Amino acid sequence: MARRREIGKAGWRRTAVTAAISFIYFFPVLWIILTAFKSHTDALATPPKFLFSPTLDNFVAVFSRAYQRGGDAVDTKFDLFFFNSIFIAGTSVLIALIIGTLAAYAFSRWPLKGNDLYMFIILTTRMLPPIIVIIPIFLMFRVTGLAGSYVGIILLYSAFNLPFTIWMMKSFFDEIPTEVEDAARVDGSSEIKIFFKICLPQVKAGIAATAVFGLILTWNEYLFALLLTGIETRTVPVAMATAIGGDIGVRWGLLAAIETLFLIPVVLVTFLLQNQLLRGVTFGTIKR
Amino acid sequence: MADIELRNLTKRFGDLVAVDSVDLDVEAGEVMCLLGPSGCGKTTTLRMIGGLEWATEGDIFIAGKLVNNLKPAQRDIAMVFQFYALYPSLTVTENLAFPLHAEKVDKAEIERRVTRIARILELDHALNRIPGRLSEGEKQRVAVGRAIIRNPQCFLFDEPLSRLDIALRQEMRGQIKMLLADLNKASVIVTHDQIEALTIGDRIAVMRDGLIEQVASPHEIFASPANVFVAGFIGTPQMNLIAGRSTKPGGGGGLGLSLCNQDIALPLAPDAAAAGAEVTVGVRPRGFDLASESAADTLSGRVDLIEPMGAETLLHLKTEAEELRVVTDHRSAPAHGANVHVRPRAGQIHLFDEHGGRIGA
Repeated sequence: MARRREIGKAGWRRTAVTAAISFIYFFPVLWIILTAFKSHTDALATPPKFLFSPTLDNFVAVFSRAYQRGGDAVDTKFDLFFFNSIFIAGTSVLIALIIGTLAAYAFSRWPLKGNDLYMFIILTTRMLPPIIVIIPIFLMFRVTGLAGSYVGIILLYSAFNLPFTIWMMKSFFDEIPTEVEDAARVDGSSEIKIFFKICLPQVKAGIAATAVFGLILTWNEYLFALLLTGIETRTVPVAMATAIGGDIGVRWGLLAAIETLFLIPVVLVTFLLQNQLLRGVTFGTIKR
Repeated sequence: MADIELRNLTKRFGDLVAVDSVDLDVEAGEVMCLLGPSGCGKTTTLRMIGGLEWATEGDIFIAGKLVNNLKPAQRDIAMVFQFYALYPSLTVTENLAFPLHAEKVDKAEIERRVTRIARILELDHALNRIPGRLSEGEKQRVAVGRAIIRNPQCFLFDEPLSRLDIALRQEMRGQIKMLLADLNKASVIVTHDQIEALTIGDRIAVMRDGLIEQVASPHEIFASPANVFVAGFIGTPQMNLIAGRSTKPGGGGGLGLSLCNQDIALPLAPDAAAAGAEVTVGVRPRGFDLASESAADTLSGRVDLIEPMGAETLLHLKTEAEELRVVTDHRSAPAHGANVHVRPRAGQIHLFDEHGGRIGA
């Protein structure tokens, strides 16, 4: 007699299919991580080597290496670039979250005449390819002297994260019933207290989700960073592009090591926020 | 002076008139039920009293003070919402204490009051839980507790029991009635459930399309509905409302009418309606007696459907023109398809004119 599986649990066959598909998705990442631990020869070997003696040389080279064969190893300033990436992405997502959440709450609770039109307009800057948008922005940065500064790139990323944040957060605010806020009004709360004490805790999951998506987008952004950051404010994606060339061709191992390090913060943040992401939004206060 | 006074209160949403020139007084200690079908403006009226909705026109007085332009918190009211509206991230204790923070009540007093309310409402065991971990009945009691923990001028309830199952609803109905009697404050309860209104209310205001159709005590609303709408809305099974025409006023045997294409003489004043006047006769299903044979004061019909309701049985009688609902004792219920004669009992007959307004007391 066939054994019945528990209701609500997938059988091993479904699990196997899911695992196979997941592996296909994960394979490039795995490949990069493996390559990061290979020597230059192993990295270029055909057929690809899956068994090799791992080395940390690539990781050392990320931060300090010789630019010419036989030359002295020098500081690559990658520690600065990692700091830049973390600082710029973190700050701009935080700013976008603060402004965007407040704006989304306003759009949700005190709709303007033609609310949907404004929501649409907010999104239009994201409808053009960045390569088009960059032209006027580049000129604006030249004129204002913002090019190359932290303030400039943080402002730009904040502005670019804002539409997305507002749209996401508005949908989360729309989901939560206004009755609770009315109750707080009757109970004598100020609007500020209602927002912080009543509404914000209910959209925690939404904030976490928006933060993760915003961070990933900003973290990986290349074009704006390439054109608008200076030597001191360069982010990792830009630095990565300039680091790979050398007199022995593309240094795949080095590139893979940078990428592996580059993955860590995003993975970490996503894991930390995962609990929040998975939690229900209203959590059963209201019975409809 | 009434504790809550509404004068010419009107609310328009664009072209839609949600509440239309409502005048209403709620005395201190009185429980007023706003009763009506969905969309009749009862909740909007309540929200205007609470200050959650601005009135388009008209005035609201609470304890003699004009409150039109005051925020909800300044009106000294407490409100219980339909979906409880508990603060999801706060525990029961924090939920109960929430209204006291705005009043700057000191800590010891807050604790004393929370303990007292928790005891009254049997919430002692749940004080540290968040709303998501409460049963429906407990959520409801927290919502009530949060309203009564202060000592406001009046209480507003929006469909307070509609989310509960039937057994719990009956239990809470009794609890709320006792609670309101103890509090002795002006209270307004919005409900679409007539049983709730009839059992809890000192007076009932029946609303339809933004208008108040009748304001009276539960007994009066039931015994002498002001018009056809109220007559049909209150009472289960629904009152029979039979369109007819007055045939021979001034006769000796009461009021002569043609109902369901049958001539009948009703035990009413012979001059209650002019000859040829279009009228509506209302008789509750329990207002008929079965008659053994056809007579001048009976209507006849064939039993079309039998609905046993326990001790009583609801009969649907098919006549030539309209269907009659008649409730009889289950022991004397006739068989399906039988021809029966029913006699409207004197004192159970409501007469309405062609506009639906009540004729006579």
